[in-house]
Amino acid sequence: MRSRLAAPYGSLINREKVIQFEFEAKTYQGFHGDSIASALAANNQTLLSRSFKYHRPRGALTMAGQDANTMVQLPSNPNALADRELISEGLKVTGQNYSGSLEKDRGEWVGLFSRFLPVGFYYKAFFKPRGMWEKWAPLIRKKAGLGVINQQLVPDYYDKQYKFFDVVVIGGGPAGMQAALESAVTDCEVLLVDENPSLGGSLNYSRFDVEGARGKKQLDELLNAINEKPNISVMTGAVCNGWFADNWLPIIAKKRLYKVRAKQTIMCTGSLEQPAIFHNNDLPGVMMSSAAQRLVHLYGVCPGSHAVIVTGNNDGYGTALDLDDAGVKINAIIDLREDPNYDDIAKAAVARGIRIETGTTVYAAQHKGANRVTSVDIRKIVSQGICAEQGETITCDLLCMSVGYTPTYQLACQAGGQLTYDDQSAMFSLHNCPESLQLAGSVNSLWSLDAVLMEAKRTATIATNALGLTQVQVADRVTEHTVSPNHPWPIFAHPKGKEFVDFDEDLTIADIINATADGYEHIQLVKRYSTCGMGPSQGRHSALVAARLVAAATNRTVAETGVTTARPPFSAEQLGHSAGRSFYPARRSNMHYRHIEAGAEMLQAGAWYRPAFYRSKGTDSQACIDAEVSNVRNNVGLIDVSTLGGIEVRGVDAGEFLNRLYTFGFIKQPVGKARYALLTNEAAVIIDDGVACRFGNNHYYVTATTGGVDRVYQNMLKWNAQWRLDVDIANVTSAYCGVNIAGPNARAVLQKVCSDVDLSSEGFPYMGVRSGNIGEIPARLIRVGFVGELGYEIHVPQQYGEALWDALMVAGSDHDIRPFGIEAQRILRLEKGHIIIGQDTDAMSNPNEVQMSWAVSRNKPFFVGGRTIAELEKKPSLRGLVGFVIDDTKAPIPRESHLVVEGQKMTGRVTSCNFSPTLGKAIGLAYVPPEKTTAGCIIEIKSTGGVRVLAKVVELPFYDPDNLRQEL
Amino acid sequence: MKLLTCPLNGSRNISEFTYGGEYHTTLNHLTTSARDWAEHVFFHDNAAGLVTEWWCHTASSFWFLAERNTITDEVVRTFKADEIYTQRIDFDTINPESRS
Repeated sequence: MRSRLAAPYGSLINREKVIQFEFEAKTYQGFHGDSIASALAANNQTLLSRSFKYHRPRGALTMAGQDANTMVQLPSNPNALADRELISEGLKVTGQNYSGSLEKDRGEWVGLFSRFLPVGFYYKAFFKPRGMWEKWAPLIRKKAGLGVINQQLVPDYYDKQYKFFDVVVIGGGPAGMQAALESAVTDCEVLLVDENPSLGGSLNYSRFDVEGARGKKQLDELLNAINEKPNISVMTGAVCNGWFADNWLPIIAKKRLYKVRAKQTIMCTGSLEQPAIFHNNDLPGVMMSSAAQRLVHLYGVCPGSHAVIVTGNNDGYGTALDLDDAGVKINAIIDLREDPNYDDIAKAAVARGIRIETGTTVYAAQHKGANRVTSVDIRKIVSQGICAEQGETITCDLLCMSVGYTPTYQLACQAGGQLTYDDQSAMFSLHNCPESLQLAGSVNSLWSLDAVLMEAKRTATIATNALGLTQVQVADRVTEHTVSPNHPWPIFAHPKGKEFVDFDEDLTIADIINATADGYEHIQLVKRYSTCGMGPSQGRHSALVAARLVAAATNRTVAETGVTTARPPFSAEQLGHSAGRSFYPARRSNMHYRHIEAGAEMLQAGAWYRPAFYRSKGTDSQACIDAEVSNVRNNVGLIDVSTLGGIEVRGVDAGEFLNRLYTFGFIKQPVGKARYALLTNEAAVIIDDGVACRFGNNHYYVTATTGGVDRVYQNMLKWNAQWRLDVDIANVTSAYCGVNIAGPNARAVLQKVCSDVDLSSEGFPYMGVRSGNIGEIPARLIRVGFVGELGYEIHVPQQYGEALWDALMVAGSDHDIRPFGIEAQRILRLEKGHIIIGQDTDAMSNPNEVQMSWAVSRNKPFFVGGRTIAELEKKPSLRGLVGFVIDDTKAPIPRESHLVVEGQKMTGRVTSCNFSPTLGKAIGLAYVPPEKTTAGCIIEIKSTGGVRVLAKVVELPFYDPDNLRQEL
Repeated sequence: MKLLTCPLNGSRNISEFTYGGEYHTTLNHLTTSARDWAEHVFFHDNAAGLVTEWWCHTASSFWFLAERNTITDEVVRTFKADEIYTQRIDFDTINPESRS
């Protein structure tokens, strides 16, 4: 390890704790708190990785986790940012995107051919002939990839947490800290978020005065004040990765995604220092001046031994003072300005006797075969972007760039903020943010510390005023008299190119200009054609220069050119954060454990668990299902129907209400009777069915399908929000559970446990409803026949579920009662020709198509689907749902959605099909053309394996056409 | 995530709500032409600007109306349905004697 600068340099590191780690299989030492990049810099290892396209050597650019130059490979994680990721004991790090070694990458040859790889090269070169791209793609992809995913990795645990604050301040620099403090009035919960390991932002590393003391002093003051405010929560190492409507903020910290709702948001996201554009500006050792300051102050690392600073503002002079104080020799300050307007800091640098060249630029960085900068070619600026023919070479191993900033606009733009460009200040600024979002600090184009702090207080007051917590007169926005730190044109084209505009994608000045020359003049098109700004750093360092270049090339202003849309996420996030923990709600009937005990194989229907069938040992599933079917047909079976929806409709208008909603008539329905209830929407599409049971003049109990009840209930409430009938509607699905006891012996079994209801055929006929008791259990009994046998649906309050099940199983033991599951029920109902909504109907099915016109009343004034049904009946039907049988028992049984065909033409589809153990052949339902709907027609079905199967259309139902059995 | 103010339950995440379509005045199903009826059933205005929409707070099944600017996605106000539906709606009877 090279010697580090003595404390107080190195505010983030703990020199007591030495950590060993590996980079490129070589062991290095760093301190606790070091990032991979800082620890390597301390060991004079500047080269970190190779670039995306040309495999150029790259080192740290920002030291703030804002660029793609520092992407390295970790065992568990590709594309980790070396200037963000901390070192840990034994961590194994390698560079990325090289073949051979990082130092001598065999892939570097690509750079030599860069002139043959112009912008849009892939589009142009591999577009023709057809099939060419498929041949090249694997090769190119292999060449162009970055990190490697560890496919053996066991996923880590990620989760999510919700938080609510009155004010969330994003960014913990001077503006953010001051804004949080000022917001923290009584009753105001404040969250202060910063992506760095500690608060303070630029106060930690930037120079605010000649002595270099103010930053630390200001930081301590603000930190102490924040610590004294219990209503300020602080999250560091946490990145707010997006802005969503109404201040919904995803904040990622370690392995948790916080979903934070803020009433007011204050964005103090700061600004991003921008690179100067010149030949070889991407060499390791060329970095933002703020990156050099971060290395010195945060990590106590000297980024070089002799430096050149290229600057277009006075901040470069502050960096010169910092480096000079740290013992770095400053070989020259190259100032782009012809006639610099010095502030006190700059004057102090001048006074130190540092060599200063004005009206001059770094024309090219040179490396003499090394993987880092070794000298620079400086030249006089003749005119905008044009340099003198002759220059001078100055040696250096560090080149700092200080030519301006872009506000960290991403989150604010996601919130609807708009960027405008001011030619005078050569800078973007933000406008038109939502009312509940304030900007403070350098993101708001303020640069002097005093102005930043004042504006932070002001915006905090706007926020607390808006929350009604303060009523303070708000002053006008702070105006600043310092000169803009942005140089309007720090861009110098070179005959040999390699002046990188976008480091992520290896794009140079010519690439951007050529994109406009190829006709892509809009900045959005330039981005997509050239890929400028599409890399991991999302144009943080290329948007401004690309806008300037495109503006100049297309004779527009930078304001007119603008930047591309900023979308979340702000920085790369791991999929685990989005996946997090997921919750899968499950609903179990009150008889659930009885099914498990009886050997049921459960399946999920929506959120509900239902028994598919009951497994008897040593029997295959089909045999179990067939036995259940046969037991219902010949004896008695019991099925849990608790998942069925139940809706209570009470009130003087209950009958009128159902009459308007369902297709049947209900007003004259006698008490003690059930009626089939078919529900259509305004387009006459069938959306649900059930039975309406009239238990009293003003009381109906309506059943609905398992999957449909919530929507039916919502539908009912929506209609009555308009009709305003005198009814009370309640979804009682979970308040009741129930069974259907079905089969010729159902009455005999039920009689044993139900003594207070006359169960005789005359006393309680088919479609009757009764209230009674099963043993001690109060019950609603409904004689319906979904499975086509004598049967009773018994609905009881939910707490009696197991008691009801047990009572009936015990009562039926003499008759060898057996439970049956929904697989058997599906066959039973199919034999009976009963449709299942959503399986035998689709988003177009109307009642006439599915042979349900009998369930539609023609003589009531209104019902929801009525008018459309009437209109449809005036037109020829387009298809019909019919029953079919397949007499050939050897033919493969068609499945749901198999096609009905005529030659090569598809004319319909199968909706249900099963082997019927009762009939001894396959039966099913299918949509067929109108001319095929009459009994006796032969249809052709493309069955499993493409085998064409002939089926015969028959009248429904398949089983017991005279309904004798269900009406026993 | 957007917030929506339910007139019954107050401000809630939009994920707690179900969209119920555009608000339309109740058509007379007897006198409306087939064409107008089809427009009513199958076509949506999808207007750019201020629209009135049905929303339901799913957890409490409470239906209400919202005025929303579809250009800015700003919800101008939400209100209970009884602001518009002040009285019971009855449909013209075709033949009162035959009501089933």
